[in-house]
Amino acid sequence: MTRFARWGFGAPILAGLFAGVLAIGSAHADGSGSATMDATRTKGQLACGVSGQVPGFSLPDSQGVMRGLDADTCRAVTAAVLGDAAKVKFVPTTAQNRFTALQSGEIDVLSRSTTWTLGREGNLGLNFAWVNYYDGTGFLVKKAAGVKSAKELDNATICVQPGTSTELAIADYFRVNKMKFTPILIQELSEIQGAFLSGRCDAYSTDASALATFRFSQGPKADDLVLLPDIISKEPLGVMVRKGDDKWFDMVRWTFAAMIVAEEKGITQANVDTFLTSTDPETRRLLGLEGDMGKALGLDPKFAYNVIKAVGNLGEMWDRNITPMGVPRGINNLWTKGGLQYAPPMR
Amino acid sequence: MAGLDLATSGPLERGGRVKPDHDGSLSAARQAPKRRIRLSWSDPAFRAIVWQIVIVGVVLAIGWYLFSNTNRNLSARRIATGFGFLDRVAGIPIGESLIPYNPAEDTYGRALWIGVLNTLKVAVIGVVLATLLGTLIGIGRLSSNWLMAKLTAFYVETIRDIPLLLQLLFWYTMLQGLPAPKQSWRIGDAIFLSNRGIRVPYLVWESAHTWAFYGFVAGVIGTYLWNRHANATQERTGVRPAVWPVGLAAMLGLPLAIWGVMGAPLAWELPVLRGFNFQGGGTVSPEYFALLAGLVLYTAGYIAEIVRSGIQAIAVGQWEAAGALGLRRGAILRHIVLPQALRVIIPPMTSQYLNLTKNSSLAVAIGFQDVVSIANTTLNQTGQAVEGIAVIMAVYLTISLSISLFMNWYNARIALVGR
Repeated sequence: MTRFARWGFGAPILAGLFAGVLAIGSAHADGSGSATMDATRTKGQLACGVSGQVPGFSLPDSQGVMRGLDADTCRAVTAAVLGDAAKVKFVPTTAQNRFTALQSGEIDVLSRSTTWTLGREGNLGLNFAWVNYYDGTGFLVKKAAGVKSAKELDNATICVQPGTSTELAIADYFRVNKMKFTPILIQELSEIQGAFLSGRCDAYSTDASALATFRFSQGPKADDLVLLPDIISKEPLGVMVRKGDDKWFDMVRWTFAAMIVAEEKGITQANVDTFLTSTDPETRRLLGLEGDMGKALGLDPKFAYNVIKAVGNLGEMWDRNITPMGVPRGINNLWTKGGLQYAPPMR
Repeated sequence: MAGLDLATSGPLERGGRVKPDHDGSLSAARQAPKRRIRLSWSDPAFRAIVWQIVIVGVVLAIGWYLFSNTNRNLSARRIATGFGFLDRVAGIPIGESLIPYNPAEDTYGRALWIGVLNTLKVAVIGVVLATLLGTLIGIGRLSSNWLMAKLTAFYVETIRDIPLLLQLLFWYTMLQGLPAPKQSWRIGDAIFLSNRGIRVPYLVWESAHTWAFYGFVAGVIGTYLWNRHANATQERTGVRPAVWPVGLAAMLGLPLAIWGVMGAPLAWELPVLRGFNFQGGGTVSPEYFALLAGLVLYTAGYIAEIVRSGIQAIAVGQWEAAGALGLRRGAILRHIVLPQALRVIIPPMTSQYLNLTKNSSLAVAIGFQDVVSIANTTLNQTGQAVEGIAVIMAVYLTISLSISLFMNWYNARIALVGR
């Protein structure tokens, strides 16, 4: 083929390429206030990022149904937006890819035991809408090691997942206490747990809640493992949304407020229908019987009813998922019972 | 697309460029007449220039679009951008490092540099070991010993059929099955093997050792020079001066003499079990060992095949001719076949070296902190995914291009030189 003929082919292709580039250049991403809600309703599905590996938080049961506090959080939010908790789509994420998944729009809500920190809210373009578990970093060791306190862990090898706030917390803790440690950092949860159980590490560190549920999941071997009493950091585990979609943020926040108010009022999944005849004004506003609370949020007037019908109140979510793991509710109780969960008034 | 062959070079020769004449002896008669570029579409040279400009413009436009679009979207989503995080204190713990690292003071930049060094530590040693092992196995496959030939064939076929990730996890799990530090397998009170890795005594380094090392380097250079002298003498007189006594004296005697003169310090720091783990001595961690073993054994399988095919590419007549001269099999292989086979072996070998280097990123699966692992953690803690991925890409590109450049240079050096 002569060079002339080659150009004859090349010209239209190049011209098309050039025109295509110009066309792409003029198309922009749309950033309206409630884009996520619109998109979710159009799809009829809410993509919710979970871990899918942590008992008590998100782990499929024997029927393949995702169970746990984080999973129920996803269901509650889905019920609020779409009226039907079954329309949730659980997306398994790792500790390392969770933020990218939310930033890129692959998921709409991240409910994956993620600690609320300044750095994350400031740098990631994401917001923490509510805390569904007030936690702290702990250490799990083998009973045979004879360790009674985290202060005795000098020169220990510690298994921890990379990309977590845990790794920063333990680095701080050992620095403050002038101790040394060797980190073993493996991304895959089952691998890091395997490394701890095989003895590659002297201690396994993560949120105390996850340690308790991991210990519980060991069955009869649970007694060989000891959860050290030291809680070395504050780890408020939150539900995250993208920045710039305030209505979506409000929706998540008030879904939680609704579940807290429901617990205050004693409204449960089982008895919610009997409250439809209630005369208590706050209950009536909560259940959408008067006022326009739902409409103000861009939701169905009965959004709170749908949420309670789907997952119950906040206490029920705890009792269903965390209590079986043998973890007391502690500071995760309602403010009326000495805990931290407190809802602003719904009016 | 056609290259920018301008008027000076005249009509293009198919499949090759016109070599410039070194001594200017090329006669004017053989040179094409110079032409001037006409500003007309019918002039091929003019068209070539126009197309080049258009293509460069399109590439730049796409690049600019991607860059500005990314920036616009990142700022619209209020995600931090820029490489400022490299100067921030990292705070992330790192398990093993070739240079000192303190998470309380050192920056993300230094943390990433540690990752690069860890990647190189695996890649460089891995390439050397895989080449040695692969070459031995490749030669073994051609062995006339039935057992040797079958065993090596079995090795190659098995190792190539199992995904590398599984092999790495296999080695790592095996190493975790080793006993705890307190029950570790030991050789005397010096070497300990446990699920924390291999602990070996560490030479307490003093200036005498540094000077001895310099002496060794000088010895290597001296031996090289003496070897050249020996070659020249042999060319001239036909008698080759002995090289090995000089080499031995220069590379071994000189460092030993320096070390001896400076007091012959020799103190060992022995690993001692204290608390949870051994303190002191040097360590090979299970993570590093599993990664290195997995990469070397896997890549050696491929290298063996490359070596075998390279040797078989040499005509059997070469073996027969050398045999007729009375050379033994080993000598034929070393002096006649391998030098020729290298020309066939080197290009695919480059690919294997690149593969090994890139495969080392599977380290994340078994907890060895290479550059991907540390960059992943960094981008997770800072939230700057685009920059983190850019760092990873830049690192691998630099390492890979360096390997390619070196191998291409080596390939050109050993290529057949037409005389």
